[in-house]
Amino acid sequence: MFELVIIILLISIFITLYRFLKGPTLSDRVVAFDVMGIMSVSLLVLLALYFQRSLYIDIALLIGLIGFLGAAIFGRYIEKGI
Amino acid sequence: MDFLGFLFIFLGVMAFVVSAIGIIRMPDVYTRMHVGTKSTTIGTILVLLGACFIEPTWSLKLLLLAAFILLTNPLSSSVIARATHTDGATLEVDEMKKEQK
Repeated sequence: MFELVIIILLISIFITLYRFLKGPTLSDRVVAFDVMGIMSVSLLVLLALYFQRSLYIDIALLIGLIGFLGAAIFGRYIEKGI
Repeated sequence: MDFLGFLFIFLGVMAFVVSAIGIIRMPDVYTRMHVGTKSTTIGTILVLLGACFIEPTWSLKLLLLAAFILLTNPLSSSVIARATHTDGATLEVDEMKKEQK
């Protein structure tokens, strides 16, 4: 049962990766990066349920934190430069 | 209990599929940001609630993660939207300008 859901989520991550590689402006790429971060948090929770390891949830929390910091720092870079 | 959890997880992953299709289809950066923030927030909340139903012993960590996502996701979207507007991106279909002409 979990395999089907994990494969669907991986397909949607790869669709978002297309926008990340193609996106015309920098803002498109930052938005796609943010969405991929949120999707990989859910993917890690599903993998924790599938392998029965609660350690993966800590890694999901860390990925959420780093994704938010990355989006905030790129927003400041777009607005004001380095 | 397992069935309810799997139902929530399936609905959340369907929200992620809607978000991925919208990020391909939408014409400009503001609409992409709209579809990439709202539906991923509800998708993450549904997946974490479903995981709480399946494994009740992990529910403290999962609810902490859900609260964190619920706090930071609109914040990062707001930061990116403000930076994009300062950078000078325009809408593809602007209803306000159409009405003024």
